[in-house]
Amino acid sequence: MSKSMHKTPMLDQLESGPWPSFVTGLKRLATDEGKQYQDTMVDLLGQLELSYNTRKGYWKGGTLSVFGYGGGIIPRFSEVADQFPASKEFHTLRIMPPAGMHYNTKILRQLCDIWEKHGSGLIAFHGQSGDIMFQGATSEKVQESFDEINELGFDLGGAGPAVRTGMSCVGAARCEQSCANEQKILRLLVNNFLDDMHRPALPYKFKFKVSGCSNDCMNSIQRSDMSIIGTWRDDMNVDQQEVKAFVGQKGRKYVIDNVITRCPTKALSLNDDDTLAVDNPNCVRCMHCINVMTKALSPGDDKGVTILIGGKRTLKIGDTMGTVVVPFMKLDTEEAYEELKELAETIIDFFADNALEHERTGEMIERIGLANFIKAIGLDVDPNMISNPRESSYLRIDDWDKEAAKWNDRKAA
Amino acid sequence: MPPRQPIESGVPDPIQYMHPVMAKNYGAWKYHERPRPGVLCHTAKSGDQVWTVRAGTQRQMDLYTIRKLCDIADEYAESHVRFTIRSNIEFMVSQEAKVKPLVDKLVSEGFPVGGTGPSVAMISHTQGWLHCDIPGSDASGVVKALMDELHEEFINENMPNRVHMSTSCCQINCGGQADIAINIQHTKPPKINHDLVANVCERPSVVARCPVAAIRPALVNGKPTLEVDESKCVYCGACYPPCPPMQINDPEHSKLAIWVGGKNSNARSKPKFHKLVAAGIPNNPPRWPEVATIVKKILNEYKADARDWERLSDWIDRIGWPRFFEKTELPFTKYHIDNWRGARSSLNASAHIRF
Repeated sequence: MSKSMHKTPMLDQLESGPWPSFVTGLKRLATDEGKQYQDTMVDLLGQLELSYNTRKGYWKGGTLSVFGYGGGIIPRFSEVADQFPASKEFHTLRIMPPAGMHYNTKILRQLCDIWEKHGSGLIAFHGQSGDIMFQGATSEKVQESFDEINELGFDLGGAGPAVRTGMSCVGAARCEQSCANEQKILRLLVNNFLDDMHRPALPYKFKFKVSGCSNDCMNSIQRSDMSIIGTWRDDMNVDQQEVKAFVGQKGRKYVIDNVITRCPTKALSLNDDDTLAVDNPNCVRCMHCINVMTKALSPGDDKGVTILIGGKRTLKIGDTMGTVVVPFMKLDTEEAYEELKELAETIIDFFADNALEHERTGEMIERIGLANFIKAIGLDVDPNMISNPRESSYLRIDDWDKEAAKWNDRKAA
Repeated sequence: MPPRQPIESGVPDPIQYMHPVMAKNYGAWKYHERPRPGVLCHTAKSGDQVWTVRAGTQRQMDLYTIRKLCDIADEYAESHVRFTIRSNIEFMVSQEAKVKPLVDKLVSEGFPVGGTGPSVAMISHTQGWLHCDIPGSDASGVVKALMDELHEEFINENMPNRVHMSTSCCQINCGGQADIAINIQHTKPPKINHDLVANVCERPSVVARCPVAAIRPALVNGKPTLEVDESKCVYCGACYPPCPPMQINDPEHSKLAIWVGGKNSNARSKPKFHKLVAAGIPNNPPRWPEVATIVKKILNEYKADARDWERLSDWIDRIGWPRFFEKTELPFTKYHIDNWRGARSSLNASAHIRF
């Protein structure tokens, strides 16, 4: 006979309403007669109800990993284990999903079966860093759970000062706006740094995110140290018959108000015959018009990626967005992918050697200046890296002539 | 027996799990349409089509929920699913005739179908009291309560443009930038348990962690510890994760704040960070009604006044902040005026005033 349920009047109020209830799910596990996780989930609900009453959290971290790795497990020990002993250990395994988060039901059921046998029965698809979160294993069961999940072809993700689990959008698998092979890029980069992921030894976390176009569905500019965004450098594709059809269907006013005038660089104009004129050299590939006219407009054919470095949230110096370090990189050969990988290696090596403890790339660049960072990683400065040139006159120009000559030489080459 | 060595396999190849029509037409899609809220139809250059049905989940799922979704995928779809960044599940089918029965089944099993186009998408969130070691609030509960309130806006496409929301239980803001973000905002300095600091915390790194240099080494009752210059402290809680005896969470004084206008997309304008609009909101489980009231007020004003395709930030750019505060009836205070580094760029250095 299992433990009896704790009273949970607060949590019970989260069972009603139209949205699926996680509380109902937790209770289902807590009343699952005979399952090894049943008592754990009874006490987990008890602890969560306590948090709802006292408005305090009761988990503390610790040190725990699997054999051969140093990170990837989020240890959780209860501070109220005297009241809720069955959930005193409730660790999470961060497991990297297939790029683009594709599954078939067979693999999902296999993952569930493992977690039924060894874990709590609770899985989050997915955590904010992009991992499958297997939430709730005892210290004893962490290794067995990992071993079985690992045998299925899944690996632990990152935690702590390490290369972290990355994310890529659905991209080329389904989206016509995709300008890159997102899943290939993500796997190329993350799988090249598994040592830095599984044995945390960097100054702080380092994240890769890959979006196939500048809609940036993966929030890569705001949320990753190295953001790879698909783009194109030739003219965008315009199907003028579809443009006419769209104007016919929606009306000129709609097209002018929602497409033409919304272009951030005024690169669009509606012709008298209801076709579209595009000033391609002034298009900034923002994606707005393509988002609106999905049948008529699409990215160009000469595709590649833009690379930005240094995005992160508040702590410690305030939010930073990633900023451009490579305006365009063509990824049409294996050699080109190799160059991308080498650039990432150079950046992570520089980060490892030069960032202060607990400093992200964005903070490091803020501290040393973008120009120094660019020089250190062996790239050339480019006006695409800035919104505007310097406004401050506090400046030494010791090497001006030499630097100007570099630019002129590059232009002449 | 020697311990098992891990297979360091990294990110799995998705092709093996991908819907076959998607794998076949990889990188060769032509256009997409949205036949109804919650449903996408993508057409490939080959002429193949794939319909996607998107449904909301509770993210923290029990085995029975996942297996039920698998049963639905096997019986009503084609056994291939994927998850979005906002924890929605997507079922892909190669025949249009399968869409309606699939939608009906999902809805009848309690999974709302929506989250596409100009709707309020599922709220990005993290762990909260359920699993985090530093949370000031819950995550799943706040999201459940809010999504109950916003359900109609999830299953319809009635907003001017998409609305992304997030919640975060500390100021690290794991939920991320959003059109509307609901984040913990502490209002008191950490309470320090001086008996524990020396044994638990690596003091120099805690000192280094403080963004305003308010923490310094000290001796209390003869024990080495840390002290906080409370006149400098900005109550951010950065010291708490590396030093749990510096408790920042407070049942009464950890409040919620609402931030608006964040946007990750580059469409029209460059990406933007969200901005503070409301604070001092009680952290009030199990349903956080005060938060829901303000969020719904902001959403209603945006819905009524923004033009098609304007994200919340685009709308505010057009109407201006004075009108935003007027319409939402939120108080504008001295705390809305930034004083952190770079703050001057957020001041109005012009005579551009709306009357």
